[in-house]
Amino acid sequence: MLRRLHPDQPESFAFTPANLEWAKRQIAKYPEGRQASAVIPLLMRVQEQEGWISKPAIEHVAGMLGMPYIRVLEVATFYFQFQLAPRGSVAHVHVCGTTSCMLCGAEDLIAVCERVIAPEPFMVSEDGKFSWEEVECLGACSNAPMALIGKDYYEDLTAERFEEILEALRRGEVPRPGPQNGRFSSEPLGGLTSLEGTRPGHKGNASVELALALGDTVKRITGDEPSPPVPHAELQAVEPARDDVTEERSADEPAAPPFRLDAPRDGRPDDLKLLKGIGPKLEARLNALGIYHFDQIASWGPAEIEWVQAELGPAGMGVLKEDFVDQARALVESSGTAYTQRKLGSD
Amino acid sequence: MLADKDRIFTNLYGMLDRSLAGAQARGHWDGTAAILARGREKIIDDVKASGLRGRGGAGFPTGLKWSFMPKESDGRPHYLVVNADESEPGTCKDREIMRHEPHTLIEGCLIAGFAMGAHVAYIYLRGEYIREREALQVAIDEAYDAGLLGPNAAGSGWDFDIYLHHGAGAYICGEETALLESLEGKKGMPRLKPPFPANTGLYGCPTTVNNVESIAVVPTILRRGPAWFSDIGRQNNSGTKLFAISGHVNRPCVVEEAMSIPLKELLEKHCGGVRGGWQNLKAVIPGGSSVPLLPASLCDECIMDFDWLRDQQTGLGTAAVIVMDQSTDIIKAIWRISKFYKHESCGQCTPCREGTGWMMRVMERLVQGDADPSEIDVLYDVSKQIEGHTICALGDAAAWPIQGLIRHFRDEIEDRIRTRTSRRAVAAE
Repeated sequence: MLRRLHPDQPESFAFTPANLEWAKRQIAKYPEGRQASAVIPLLMRVQEQEGWISKPAIEHVAGMLGMPYIRVLEVATFYFQFQLAPRGSVAHVHVCGTTSCMLCGAEDLIAVCERVIAPEPFMVSEDGKFSWEEVECLGACSNAPMALIGKDYYEDLTAERFEEILEALRRGEVPRPGPQNGRFSSEPLGGLTSLEGTRPGHKGNASVELALALGDTVKRITGDEPSPPVPHAELQAVEPARDDVTEERSADEPAAPPFRLDAPRDGRPDDLKLLKGIGPKLEARLNALGIYHFDQIASWGPAEIEWVQAELGPAGMGVLKEDFVDQARALVESSGTAYTQRKLGSD
Repeated sequence: MLADKDRIFTNLYGMLDRSLAGAQARGHWDGTAAILARGREKIIDDVKASGLRGRGGAGFPTGLKWSFMPKESDGRPHYLVVNADESEPGTCKDREIMRHEPHTLIEGCLIAGFAMGAHVAYIYLRGEYIREREALQVAIDEAYDAGLLGPNAAGSGWDFDIYLHHGAGAYICGEETALLESLEGKKGMPRLKPPFPANTGLYGCPTTVNNVESIAVVPTILRRGPAWFSDIGRQNNSGTKLFAISGHVNRPCVVEEAMSIPLKELLEKHCGGVRGGWQNLKAVIPGGSSVPLLPASLCDECIMDFDWLRDQQTGLGTAAVIVMDQSTDIIKAIWRISKFYKHESCGQCTPCREGTGWMMRVMERLVQGDADPSEIDVLYDVSKQIEGHTICALGDAAAWPIQGLIRHFRDEIEDRIRTRTSRRAVAAE
């Protein structure tokens, strides 16, 4: 792919004062006389500040590092992450298209980009807000398919969810990054198979929590951003206050029994223990209520949840806390029910 | 199956406290100064005895690599460089270490740096790992504040600094000498070897480049003893290993397991099995895109370690398992890998620069069936001419997946060509 400087170049480039301070700290990481080492971090900060890398910026960085212009130009054109032309004002979307993601539906994500952003990669959308490209493996393959938007990975995407995320960004919102199917990070969906007994003590995985701390994760970087917090786990309340639970439900909706079965379909119940927070005891009690399958749980609304809570007593308090419904929905959406999987497997 | 008590990365998924205090509560940074007090020789001997082989793909014994560093400095500083440019398609294990278990890596850097006489480590992350970089930097800052890094690091008497550096989207910078070039502020083009980095590496100084996982497991090995590590897995393939499973399994994940675990057990225990059942399996790429695929017929006995996979003309690579079920267009899957290598060739060596593009174009036609059956042999032959004729292994890595495809799925390629040809003949009538 030819990578040339853009025909329309700005007059000049300057780092913001805070970015300049940051750049000096980067240069200080390398031994005396080896300042050229900082060229990639500095060019990256140029891009984070301006959205792309211009000729004046290349010359500016060369001046800061005592490098010939051509050496910086070489670096800017060699590394594909550097954008040499203006891109979408909100975000330049990187969709991973390499084999793992391709197997999991990356082509559908690219079709979304072609439809809602621009028909060709690197083209800026009509409203000027987005551009996109298909990139090579971004290293989140167990969470395929995925895309990099701003500073963040949006993982375990479906075409529908991806389009929702783009629409939200278009409206000026910043959606929660990370896995979009209910996973915490890269553990198996629906429950741990190792490190038994581990429960999330954080609001999200490390990437998500950093994103939540920064808030606006697609904004241009001026260097004045808050520094990332130390990730101490918060002790989770053992049981949520009763008030929280009732608040989730609108007052005019009475508790209603959910869809119940007399017996599991085909005599084969789903393994409800796959849902984080359900142990053998709770599973038995749910079965006693006529609840055997993920799709049953996935269909609950606030009224059903309250009914189940009332039936289960203190153990039922967990139903909202552990968001079984979301987990069950994610399971049902991503891979069919365990019931259908077994059905497929036995054929 | 590996017991939880034998797992090194107990916070792999980041659910537990990720701060320094949390890491210490899980046993990291415990008695680091005492480990360093054992001395360089003892540390290197123990790492050798543990049987740890490099986790970045090549599987070179880590202790042996460290022993190549000069025993005494000739006045030039020594450097430890950690290769965190995780870009091999299918691989997403180091990411979890950096964002969720950063202190295993930081402590490992101190120990490894001491063992090779280095006072400075650079960790080179891929440019897209922005959050991982931030998380790791927070952890490094915490370690400095606690006196675990800097002058007299962790009370060991050894001065040690760690700096983060990053790339900008070039796969080739995962090759160790290209990484050093990039770290020096140049284009990431691999260097001719010799001289080897242990003699002339970063800034012309003795340097050792190690993968993140190789470094991060070292503190635990030294705390629990090399015998504990070498007892896991088969002879010569010891230890625990992070496996990253992607593609057509019910529940893809990253998981730490014992080396030499059977593939079937790995997939069924942790991933809910192959989508549609084990019989629905078509092929597996066992170690990241660079290694040839393994057809389903060999997957029943498949043991996930260096030696078994090498005997099957493939490799463990980074232990990134890409699973493909019967619905997969296997030719297209390998074509996508060819496209990757074409994109990532640095352009320095002619066989690779020209060959990767040529192979991709032929693969493109094979996906369509728009070729002559004899071209399969030509493709195989050309791939053999690229293999081994380039400065770095990217040429080999581009050739192997295609060779694996031809070796195991030649029928399918020929079928597609035949179908296309007969359809054309019908249309012509």
